[in-house]
Amino acid sequence: MSDLITATAVELSAAMAAGETTSAEITRAHLDRIAAVDGDLHAYLHVNADEALAAAADVDARRAAGRELPELAGVPIAVKDSIVTENQVTTCGSRMLEGWVPPYDATVVAKLRAAGLPILGKTNMDEFAMGSSTEFSAFGPTRNPWDRDRIPGGSGGGSAAAVAAYAAPLALGSDTGGSIRQPASVTGTIGVKPTYGSVSRYGLIAMASSLDQVGPCSRTVTDAALLHDLIAGHDPRDSTSLPDAPHAYATAARAGANGDLSGVCVGIVRELAGAGYAPDVQARFEESVALMEDAGAHVVEVACPSFEAALAAYYLIMPSEASSNLAKFDGMRFGLRVEPAEGPVTAERVMAATRGAGFGPEVKRRIVLGTYALSAGYYDAYYGSAQRVRTLVQRDLDAAFGRVDVIVSPTNPTTAFRFGEKVDDPMAMYLNDIATIPANLAGVPALSLPNGRDSDGLPTGFQLIGPARGETNLYTYAAALEARLAGAWGGTPLLTHVPMNSMNPTNPMDPMNTEANR
Amino acid sequence: MTALVDYADAIRRFDPVLGIEVHVELGTATKMFDDAPAHVDTAPNTALTPTSLGLPGSLPVVNRTAVEYAIRIGLALGCTIAPSCRFARKNYFYPDIPKNFQTSQSDEPIAYDGHLDVELDDGTVYRVEIERAHMEEDAGKNTHVGGAAGRIHGATHSLVDYNRAGIPLVEIVTKPLTGVGDRAPEIARAYVHALRDIFRALGVSEARMERGNVRADINVSLRAAPEAPLGTRTETKNVNSFRSIERAVRYEVSRQAAVLDAGEAVLQETRHFHEDDGSTSSGRPKSDADDYRYFPEPDLVPVVPDPAWVREIEANLPEMPAARRRRLQGEWGYTELEMRDVVNASAIDLIEATVAAGASPAAARKWWMGELARTAKDEGRALEELAITPAAVGELQQLVDSGRINDKLARQVLTGVLAGEGTPEEVLVARGLEIVSDDGPLLEVIDATLAAQPDIAEKIAAGNLGPIGAVIGAVMKATRGQADAGRVRELVLERVAGS
Repeated sequence: MSDLITATAVELSAAMAAGETTSAEITRAHLDRIAAVDGDLHAYLHVNADEALAAAADVDARRAAGRELPELAGVPIAVKDSIVTENQVTTCGSRMLEGWVPPYDATVVAKLRAAGLPILGKTNMDEFAMGSSTEFSAFGPTRNPWDRDRIPGGSGGGSAAAVAAYAAPLALGSDTGGSIRQPASVTGTIGVKPTYGSVSRYGLIAMASSLDQVGPCSRTVTDAALLHDLIAGHDPRDSTSLPDAPHAYATAARAGANGDLSGVCVGIVRELAGAGYAPDVQARFEESVALMEDAGAHVVEVACPSFEAALAAYYLIMPSEASSNLAKFDGMRFGLRVEPAEGPVTAERVMAATRGAGFGPEVKRRIVLGTYALSAGYYDAYYGSAQRVRTLVQRDLDAAFGRVDVIVSPTNPTTAFRFGEKVDDPMAMYLNDIATIPANLAGVPALSLPNGRDSDGLPTGFQLIGPARGETNLYTYAAALEARLAGAWGGTPLLTHVPMNSMNPTNPMDPMNTEANR
Repeated sequence: MTALVDYADAIRRFDPVLGIEVHVELGTATKMFDDAPAHVDTAPNTALTPTSLGLPGSLPVVNRTAVEYAIRIGLALGCTIAPSCRFARKNYFYPDIPKNFQTSQSDEPIAYDGHLDVELDDGTVYRVEIERAHMEEDAGKNTHVGGAAGRIHGATHSLVDYNRAGIPLVEIVTKPLTGVGDRAPEIARAYVHALRDIFRALGVSEARMERGNVRADINVSLRAAPEAPLGTRTETKNVNSFRSIERAVRYEVSRQAAVLDAGEAVLQETRHFHEDDGSTSSGRPKSDADDYRYFPEPDLVPVVPDPAWVREIEANLPEMPAARRRRLQGEWGYTELEMRDVVNASAIDLIEATVAAGASPAAARKWWMGELARTAKDEGRALEELAITPAAVGELQQLVDSGRINDKLARQVLTGVLAGEGTPEEVLVARGLEIVSDDGPLLEVIDATLAAQPDIAEKIAAGNLGPIGAVIGAVMKATRGQADAGRVRELVLERVAGS
């Protein structure tokens, strides 16, 4: 095995199966990489080296004993800090949970452990998953490996940056309005938002329950599909979990790698183009569509008029649910507890002091917004209207999927923006999610894959949206496009074009070199 | 405190309207939304899962048995069962609710539009219209430490036990009860009593009022006349005994009349009931502006009961208490008055079980409504809390029926059973109470008595049976009541005739 860090999960798995390396070696290599780059990158909030190495040793022992193992057994993974891990700190990027050690595992984490994936640590995120830049993490922002002055996307910037910077071959994220796909887009990685209810939410710290979904982050489509195969499935602990359906996403992805899209009807949404989309982003998008046509796809335009109102509806439903979901953070049972600086110590005053100190500005903004939107006199005007828009988005997509197999768009209107550029302008920040939000409102799956770079050398993202439970086709199409794009880039994945060089630990001039940073 | 208006006087001048909300804790094995045990009598904060503690990431899943119980209750109250219903979040901050919202049902309850015919003490029937029955979860329990008698006022700190948090509840809400007049307290009590009996008959709850399994919130308002619009109501919370329900209604009628007499307005508020003096006191103001920010619970899919399942539940509903009372009264041959006494004493199940254990209905009623009712009253306990089972009462009566003991001895046996000395048979043997059936010892006493007073024997022999009572009395005394008086009489006559 030439390079344990840059190898894909598929390659790592094959190398372990062939006896060329061990999970312990791979896990150690990634922990070393984290030690080398994460001081500057800050993709991780907590690194659990001992636990990861113990899990790796365990899976190596099982392999040595000749036990049959899942394909990803032994491949280390990073987990977004919104997903609870038993006996490992989980903070959701908030002071409110600083140092909190959950007494239980999320269902997806239990599946990772059962399959033998060492958990490297927990990745940085916007506080309670609220943000599009990871600037709202209470513990400081994550930097984009492509340009350290730029945001890595949000809220799952930590997971995306870790994967992009070769500090993890795989990661889990959570996507409420684009928190897996938008960071994937601006870091040149793959991010998938599964069909709502197809991956358990049990143990995912809720932002907006009806929109949240856990999903995979990776550097290749097949790696994402493998991870997705592992985490999908019915969970009796999650009432909104769908009944089990047979799935073989990795098989579908491998089938797509021949690059053939003949007979596939691709829809371009009129409302997700034009004004607000950066010219380079638009150009890369059109090139990718042309590649799909070369591969045999038939391209048509579809209209989704409700998408115009989707952003507004999302920014009412999401904070409404969040305001209720975050009510439990009150200093009474777990996490931070702050007593009032002066005056009587009553339950109400402790709650107020705790919430005042524990929540950051974006969280407070959304709690206030959601509380207002749900209040008696405004419920119908705001929450009720937003739910009606949501129904229209679902109908528009249903109608579109009556005509086309897949809908495509740029994942984001722009490439990664600079730190601080939008932090004081919430609306500008919210607009970043305009193309990702409809999939959450409709509960359908969507995938972002890197499809090129802009004039600053920053990656752009290409989004594929499928009908509910349409992941299988989504993986086939995405893998086909990925193969065509790699051909256009000289047969190598986009990621190999930049980050390793800019983060070469042996280069003393590299600001990400931890030696130089000491 | 405002002076009260005499109740009768208040009723003459005002028309009371009631509204009653009854919460019943369901007797499911696990909680409403998770698999923590639904038993509160374990050590504090031990019957918990991440969900019942509201930990970050935890999710609810609806308890199917709780839904079945709610449907049973709805059907028993003649309600329509919703083809689809949903849970909603009722958002408010209080330390005893782990998530700071209560998962409840607001505008989409599982059952609605029912009624319950309530039989009053005089045999008349008042029909209570039911608005709806909905499912929700209970809150935890706060204990305030350092203040007076567990009150929050003056407390230094509070302890929270979340064992009760998440136990399934069904709340039954009436439409306004009008035309109740001076029977308002009785109707309120009889309604909750009838509900309690239904919960037990349905097997959905132990329905122990004293344990808070059943709790009533009593709304009372007064208006000038039955045609007048409804007056402002108060809601007296968590009243949990039948007597307290009557007292709370009575007190609120008298209090509100006094407020109105003084030309003041009744405040819309919740009130607390005080067992010690039967009064109510102001709780927190409750206005229509209370904003719980209800919205559909996004973590739960709608509950859509399969119509076939609902039909099956309906087909298997047990006999309702009122119908059962009519049937049993016929079977037992009790008079109206006897039956009403039995019902009011909550003795119907006990008598039925006693009859099943072999006693006649008349004998079963005699024991439970007589000796045992007196004992219960003396000890300040409910009949069912006495240390005797219906089976034991049945056994006792069989001992009487078989002639092994008489009524007087039976009462002594009963005392022994209540004192924990064993079964009736065991007490009988241990205390040596069996009727003396061997003539030998009796003859010894008879002979001795007659020998001591020869004149008595002569009188009897001459046909004057008057003095025979004295002989029998002496024998009974000598045998401590264990002789069969009839047999003694026979023996005396034989002795006199043979002498």
